[in-house]
Amino acid sequence: MATTEVHPASEPARWAYLDRIRTRPGPFTNPDSFDGKVVAEAMENMKILVIGAGGLGCELLKNLALSGFKDIHVIDMDTIDISNLNRQFLFRQTDVGSFKAEVAARFVERRVKGVKITPHNCKIQDFDEDFYMQFQLVVCGLDSIEARRWINAMLVNMVDEEVEDSYKPLIDGGTEGFKGQARVILPTVTSCIECQLDMHAPRAAVPLCTLASIPRQPEHCIEWAHVIAWDQEKPFPDLDKDDPEHITWLYQKSLHRAREFNIPGVTYSLTQGVVKNIIPAIAATNSVIAAACCNEALKIASNCAPFLGYPDNNYMMYSGNDSIYTYTFRHERKDDCPVCGTLARPLPDIDQAWTLRDLVDSFAARPEAQLKKPSVRAEGKTLYMQSPPSLEAQTRPNLDKTLVELGLVDGQEIGVTDPAFATVVFKYRLKFKS
Amino acid sequence: MLKIWSMKKEQQKDENSAEGNGAAAPKKKKVTAAQLRAQKDLSELSLGTTMSTEFPDPDNILSFVLYVEPDEGMYKGGRFSFTFNITPSFPHEPPKVQCREKIYHPNIDLEGKVCLNILREDWKPVLDLNAVIVGLQFLFLEPNASDPLNKEAAEDLRNNREGFKRNVKIAMGGGSVRGESYKRVLI
Repeated sequence: MATTEVHPASEPARWAYLDRIRTRPGPFTNPDSFDGKVVAEAMENMKILVIGAGGLGCELLKNLALSGFKDIHVIDMDTIDISNLNRQFLFRQTDVGSFKAEVAARFVERRVKGVKITPHNCKIQDFDEDFYMQFQLVVCGLDSIEARRWINAMLVNMVDEEVEDSYKPLIDGGTEGFKGQARVILPTVTSCIECQLDMHAPRAAVPLCTLASIPRQPEHCIEWAHVIAWDQEKPFPDLDKDDPEHITWLYQKSLHRAREFNIPGVTYSLTQGVVKNIIPAIAATNSVIAAACCNEALKIASNCAPFLGYPDNNYMMYSGNDSIYTYTFRHERKDDCPVCGTLARPLPDIDQAWTLRDLVDSFAARPEAQLKKPSVRAEGKTLYMQSPPSLEAQTRPNLDKTLVELGLVDGQEIGVTDPAFATVVFKYRLKFKS
Repeated sequence: MLKIWSMKKEQQKDENSAEGNGAAAPKKKKVTAAQLRAQKDLSELSLGTTMSTEFPDPDNILSFVLYVEPDEGMYKGGRFSFTFNITPSFPHEPPKVQCREKIYHPNIDLEGKVCLNILREDWKPVLDLNAVIVGLQFLFLEPNASDPLNKEAAEDLRNNREGFKRNVKIAMGGGSVRGESYKRVLI
């Protein structure tokens, strides 16, 4: 096994090509904003956050460190599994079971002199606004839509128009098999991940009745065992997709059903793949997408060339399914986007002695709202809903309570909807009179 | 480093947008996108006279029960309930809907799983809770023998419509059909 202790060429030589880009104006540099004298130093002082230290994350960390970023943080809650080793090249067999962020950070620090990588072995949700505020740039290599939506909402909600540093560009990479995408989001300026939610094709599902009555493929038999037979027989209380015993049960069931319908091809690993929705990760796709993301980071940080995002194209898709194809386009912002379409507006001069009824009635008088039938909720607290009738009856008593009695605090965000404005959701931030 | 701020100012100038979003305040407890969307869908729900809802915890609008009392068709006189569970991925993912009563129906199995295209393969984020409840209503008006989840019920419907109607009555009255016993759901 090769050791990781290698001796790169002398340090200045390592950065020679990069510095050519960073110090000299070129055909693509913006004459108004490019200043070759300060770029390298500015980049060294920049704090950049990488989310995910998996397939994309390993590539991103390596690329960013080699692109001259010196202060990198990385978040990943996962530990290393043996199946990661074929493509997550910062990990070795002896690292199995250790935290990905930790191992990746140490590896890159060893190989690239002068870079500081701070690992966080936890969930992105464990940090608050203050944590994310310290970075100038966020790069994501995530595998879940949920996590993307979370960080997107966080960065959009952090925007404070009065504070220049509150705008954090988000670079998001994603891959699935031979396909991938790289996009840049400038919160509240260009379309956000929530605006682009329809770009993620939902998992192709097979009609339930096909599974139940006319399976044609081995996958149908496995899905049948997974969604129907399991619930009927409940061999274990809860399905644990990582428990070999559970997968074996599903495999046996699927095999039996496949024989019944004369369908070949059900195997243990296919069962595992279908149940866990595994799409084989392709190392080459990861490196293409991570390279594109890192390129955007370098361009944004140095102004050495126009970057993805403003004012035109903000979304690059890549497909390696049939030869190589990329297409870059502009995804428009959605005015009714629930995250960036409606930034919470301040709702000033609220008297905390008001009853909820006073607050609800006040929306009719607000010029931008003029809501006749507003329904109002705060996170985790339904204040008053005009519909459906049962919920209206349950929340009606709240109308006579004061805002304080309802647990509302200064700065709290509320969501307001009204059937007259079917496409709009209003978000307000309560500001109490002192 | 790029200056998004100046871009934003420029954009605002272009749009001549006068709306201010105000100064920094302690921002806490944000309303999530899934909840906002569910709130919007619920405030636009049209239940008519045959449906009603029940929220075990009114503060959790992501989980509720829908009661359906068909006033026409073969299931007239019955009362069925469906649990709705909306995940944090809503509306990217459809709500999870399950029938709580054991029902003799070609498109609902004995565990309460519902075969409705928009609850699975044909779900789109532009669809809303209204679309789902209209779909459920439709299943009671037009049970469909060609997409069976309960094969026996589908066979009965296909081969002997009158017999199927009788079976529905028996099942809703709390009797047994084809060796399965049902609870009484008549109102």
